[in-house]
Amino acid sequence: MKTIGILSLTLLLGMTLSASANDSVTEAIGNSKQWAIQTGDYANTRYSELDQINKSNVKDLKVAWTFSTGVLRGHEGSPLVIGDIMYVHSPFPNTVFALDLANDGKILWRYEPKQNPDVIAVMCCDTVNRGLAYADGKVFLHQADTTLVALDAKTGEVKWSVVNGDPTKGETNTATVLPVKDKLIVGISGGEYGVQGHVTAYSIETGELLWRAYSVGPDDQLLVDPEKTTQLGKPIGKDSSISTWEGDQWKIGGGTTWGWYSYDPELNLIYYGTGNPSTWNPKQRPGDNKWSMTIFARDADTGMAKWVYQMTPHDEWDFDGVNEMILTDQEVDGQMRKLLTHFDRNGLAYTLDRETGELLVAEKYDPAVNWTTGVDMDPASETYGRPAVVAQYSTEQNGEDTNTTGVCPAALGTKDQQPAAYSPKTNLFYVPTNHVCMDYEPFKVSYAAGQPYVGATLSMYPAPDSHGGMGNFIAWDNIKGEIKWSLPEQFSVWSGALATAGDIVFYGTLEGYLKAIDSETGEELFKFKTPSGIIGNVMTYEREGKQYVAVLSGVGGWAGIGLAAGLTNPTEGLGAVGGYAALSEYTALGGQLTVFELPD
Amino acid sequence: MPKSLPIHALGLVALATLPLQAQETDPNLVADHQENGRWVTAEGVPTFKVEEDGTVDWATFSGFRRYHAECHVCHGPDGEGSTYAPALKKSALAMDYYDFIGVVAEGRQKVGAAQNSVMPSFGTNPNVMCYLDDIYTYLKARGAGAVDRGRPAKRADKPPEVAADEDSCMGG
Repeated sequence: MKTIGILSLTLLLGMTLSASANDSVTEAIGNSKQWAIQTGDYANTRYSELDQINKSNVKDLKVAWTFSTGVLRGHEGSPLVIGDIMYVHSPFPNTVFALDLANDGKILWRYEPKQNPDVIAVMCCDTVNRGLAYADGKVFLHQADTTLVALDAKTGEVKWSVVNGDPTKGETNTATVLPVKDKLIVGISGGEYGVQGHVTAYSIETGELLWRAYSVGPDDQLLVDPEKTTQLGKPIGKDSSISTWEGDQWKIGGGTTWGWYSYDPELNLIYYGTGNPSTWNPKQRPGDNKWSMTIFARDADTGMAKWVYQMTPHDEWDFDGVNEMILTDQEVDGQMRKLLTHFDRNGLAYTLDRETGELLVAEKYDPAVNWTTGVDMDPASETYGRPAVVAQYSTEQNGEDTNTTGVCPAALGTKDQQPAAYSPKTNLFYVPTNHVCMDYEPFKVSYAAGQPYVGATLSMYPAPDSHGGMGNFIAWDNIKGEIKWSLPEQFSVWSGALATAGDIVFYGTLEGYLKAIDSETGEELFKFKTPSGIIGNVMTYEREGKQYVAVLSGVGGWAGIGLAAGLTNPTEGLGAVGGYAALSEYTALGGQLTVFELPD
Repeated sequence: MPKSLPIHALGLVALATLPLQAQETDPNLVADHQENGRWVTAEGVPTFKVEEDGTVDWATFSGFRRYHAECHVCHGPDGEGSTYAPALKKSALAMDYYDFIGVVAEGRQKVGAAQNSVMPSFGTNPNVMCYLDDIYTYLKARGAGAVDRGRPAKRADKPPEVAADEDSCMGG
């Protein structure tokens, strides 16, 4: 029987390691009365020490106040709370509001960027934005058009602004940024436009570009050392990426970086995953297409990759590898290990040693997953670390112009970007999931700069022979690789979870419910229907001795395309519409923040 | 050659229930003869051809696939439209063929205080332009009610002339 350590990295970070990270960020995160970073902490645990709201009183939760963003499109991410100020963001046009919590939420300042509306036309899946970041008295907004702006946290004054990508080539942004030491770590979107994905570090002080590391390309662009950068313990060797593409295809190879980033101050490594290779038609890009669909561990100072692990070589289903990496310290076989847990779009949950990149666990976190029989875990095997692909569900083997049917999960994955939470009290991960399968027909496409580069037609539907719903909310044991319990949901759960020391877990649903459940048993303790479907992430903060829980509602994003498009019929929008046919019977568009409290 | 605008400015309900005879008599819809493997009207404008057993012509099927790769992210599944982009199944009937091609190639913007409607220019996108007649044909078939929502169940094979045109348009 394996026991699991009691210390989460959160505690370590907050208490003992502040010197090595950005002091202002570490200090801000260490104060659990604030919500200083989108992911809750550097380790991406989305766990709060606040326990005033707990499993015995959460049933009494009521609305404290609300705030409209004035925007109708999908609202992802969450507000930040730093001191007396709450920072709220919106989808395109990416308005930022600073609300004075000491003065009943009065608007202290607002920032309304001017962006060329052309960018709307090249955002593949709604105009979402996953929120702001904070460091050194500045608030950072990464706009849809890839303009990165540093705003004075007190006044909203623009301190500096740089441009990270070129929307005329389909480079856009939906993600937040990660402040680490003196740098901001910044990703890019555009996997459906043949972008060459990269991660870039900018100076927090000046906005100067400090390093850029591509996901695909020659070694010097990748920032790898062929001898020292490893995959599963072995050096990746020379030309590790370009040797897995035909000709110059890597130049439009994708591997975008629009997910969440985590950071281990002790190892000084940042962790993230890369997206799908372009195009969605696998026949057009023979080879493993490295390093798309890959977990990267990079040195925060230099960008140099320490280790990589490609989860889905030669993707055939659009299983982007961008989902968050959750960092925990737990006991494995009697030894404390520094772990990284990742719930991939491909339906497998991976547990790795985050120092070395050693693969410890790779198991399905939805029993419906059928495209693979599992990952080869034998270090002596030639196919060590590779998933075994089931021929029936291989769009590569079935080929162009063939409709491959019944593939589980669908392209949106068993989980998309909606982040999971981890509680060090239960040692469980709380994971919002999709329970959706698909038909996938790849066909030939040509690349043109700034134009969609998709190459497949999809239709999606609830997982057959199951509960009929399109989602589950699960509790996962990352050491055993097992589901502890699973709550069926009518729609995909597209909201980021929050676990707290009050022994409860919060998440939102596409119908618009905020739910609170018992972190041990999953028993539902509270639910409230907000004005629109929830694709935002739940956060919590404390003010004047009182704990609050807040969430953005405003349906949209990839999950909501069917609804945002006002449609109700099978056959999709980049895939997502079919499965969500009935959502319009439950909710309508509209961005609003709802803040909850216990009665006095 | 300038063409007269179609006269049937029909509402949504009427479109959905367009009687079969209309397809058989409307000169903008009736498949008159084939050119390079495609059905066209008497005036040479691309159109659909659905057999009695429901088999659709290759162009209609190809248009279904290309529409759902390139257009539907804004214009919704099956040409049905969205809250911010028009239902193209109606546009394909209401607009002149040459105007339709022009808007796709050049794009169109309606941006103001109350509207953020942006149609990109697809003129340089071979995945759209090489299949534009297919997409137009499919949307016209949808607008005329000749094919239902979803994937057409039965289709004709790809004519060799179409395959050759496709190869040359897509650059081999």
